Amino acid sequence: MIELVGIRRSYALGGETIHALDGIDERIESGEHVAVMGPSGSGKSTLLNVIGCLDRPTAGSYRLDGREVAGLSDAELARIRRREIGHVFQAFHLVPRMSALENVELGMLFDSIPPRQRRERALAALASVGMGPRAGHRPGELSGGERQRAAIARAVVTRPRVLLADEPTGNLDQTSGRAVLELLDGLHAAGFTVVIVTHDPGVARRAQRVLLMRNGRIVRRMPASELRTLDEALAGAAP
Amino acid sequence: MRWSDALALAVRALSAHRRRTLLSLLGVSIGVAAVLVMTTLAAGARRYVADQFRTIGADVIAVVPGRVETSGTIPGVGSAPNDLTIADARALVRGVDCIARGTPLLIGNEALECGGRRRDVLVLGTSAEMLQLRGMRVATGRFLPESGWERGSAVIVLGSKLPPELFPGEDPLGRTVRLGGWRLRVIGTLAPRGTHLGVDLDECALIPVATAQAIFDTRTLFRVMLELRPGVRARAALDPIRAVLRERHGGEEDFTLITQDAILRSLDKILDMLSLALTAIASVSLVVAGFGVANVMLVAVSERTREIGLCKALGATDADVLAQFLLEASLLCLWGGLLGVGIGWSATAALSAAYPVLAAEPAPWAVGAALAVSLGTGIVAGTMPARRAMRLEPVTALAGRRT
Ligand SMILES: Nc1ncnc2c1ncn2[C@@H]1O[C@H](COP(=O)(O)OP(=O)(O)OP(=O)(O)O)[C@@H](O)[C@H]1O
Ligand SMILES: [Mg+2]
Repeated sequence: MIELVGIRRSYALGGETIHALDGIDERIESGEHVAVMGPSGSGKSTLLNVIGCLDRPTAGSYRLDGREVAGLSDAELARIRRREIGHVFQAFHLVPRMSALENVELGMLFDSIPPRQRRERALAALASVGMGPRAGHRPGELSGGERQRAAIARAVVTRPRVLLADEPTGNLDQTSGRAVLELLDGLHAAGFTVVIVTHDPGVARRAQRVLLMRNGRIVRRMPASELRTLDEALAGAAP
Repeated sequence: MRWSDALALAVRALSAHRRRTLLSLLGVSIGVAAVLVMTTLAAGARRYVADQFRTIGADVIAVVPGRVETSGTIPGVGSAPNDLTIADARALVRGVDCIARGTPLLIGNEALECGGRRRDVLVLGTSAEMLQLRGMRVATGRFLPESGWERGSAVIVLGSKLPPELFPGEDPLGRTVRLGGWRLRVIGTLAPRGTHLGVDLDECALIPVATAQAIFDTRTLFRVMLELRPGVRARAALDPIRAVLRERHGGEEDFTLITQDAILRSLDKILDMLSLALTAIASVSLVVAGFGVANVMLVAVSERTREIGLCKALGATDADVLAQFLLEASLLCLWGGLLGVGIGWSATAALSAAYPVLAAEPAPWAVGAALAVSLGTGIVAGTMPARRAMRLEPVTALAGRRT
């Protein structure tokens, strides 16, 4: 369970202060499937990074499964990133000199999981995203969709509770994108809490709930089924 | 993170850039090889010089005229001393218990003539005791007569190289040679003995010390060589010798006692400085190599900024990231060190083959130190880049930015 209270994230840029997150209060239940939408620069990625413990909020309280994250040390944050959270990025972020298999194993290295177990789990994760036959290929030898599937295998191989995806289909064509989304749906069905940032209402509608952001605030929460377009949804939001 | 995994990652990362890795590694290996060659050469030189002086013999003390202020250095310059005479030599042999035997020694250069041939030789004016004292061997005839040191006689013993030059194809025994206007009869020839302290004994001619005094028109000796009784330490003999001579020289200590130990000790000091200087010069190249490695690691960190961000997103701790880059730098330097030891070893082998007198192998400690130093270079050179990597924020690093 993710509980955010009064979360702010500000950047001092030159003389002025930019509030990327300007007071976020939100609660995402375990096993929920949530989409985050909003105009460019509204703070979606920043929110996801805070939830993923990649970024520290400037102010506010963030409780993950009841545990306050804000004051944790770097080592403790690293442990949470290792065990509790899986990341899927728009740009895939696979290490080019490593095979798909090695990329999937990479996270487990930091958890000191023994090599044999690591390999078994990585192969199983790759198989579960339909990438079993391509395990030995390097990212350069894979299509965009295949790369994102390998990246999803990497995100879930450590069995985290929360899966965070920042525009996972942003760099993909429709067909590859759909395959990736179906994977995410399947993971949600398997019990993962999934938070996905997207510009595409079609993608957002696959979630249960949509959070609409503007200027660093969540301005509207709605069931995904009621979403039509971003503009329309924002028009209905409180100013 | 497990060490084996970290190591495997480091090896993978380094081998992904073979050429760059090889070039920076070569820098280190040249530095290490230079250090190794220099220390080995210094050791070879030291052994060569020490061997030369060791042939003085641990049980031999040389008395030379003149006072040398810093004890242990080789005399030569000093205030005008009292003569060191044959009588002094005799008094020492008679008056100091722990001396087994002694011989006066006078050295000069003179032309040796016979028939039409003429050759400059080093003339040693000495006595019968010299044979045993210096471990010489007679090849033909006999050595200098055992008569009293003050009594000269017109005889000469030739070093092994002289007979073939002066009497090619003939027996020199009984022949007469001219030395500085004196006619001397050849009574013996010596077996080859080799160079000793820069003097080729095989090219020397030996005559009775009194004869030499007459030829060179001098009363003072070049030195008195004293051999100690078995089991007596040179140190224990110094004071009695000093006492006898001082009394004979009116209380003045106008002579210097030289022992092998003292010479070796002062040589050691000089050679230590030499080794140190050579090693320091060679170390400069290692420092330069260290900068090269630091630079390569900085390049690696900025190239792999996103990867570092990713590793942090996947749960790598700051320590993991730090260790990773330190390990890469250390590995780079250690490989360079190993290669450098190989190069250094071959170079010293080649040098030893070319200059056998300086022949030496790299000492195990030098090899160990070279590897330790290269590893240390890696750690020092890798620290700054590794810390830079460690400090990267996950979000900014993932975006490929550094701040
Ligand atoms: N490192 C930073 N320094 C300064 N300002 C930043 C930084 N990162 C983000 N911002 C600002 O914070 C605001 C929110 O950025 P964020 O990336 O969260 O937006 P977003 O909703 O993800 O936009 P997009 O849809 O374009 O990805 C933006 O105005 C952005 O310029
Ligand atoms: Mg964004």
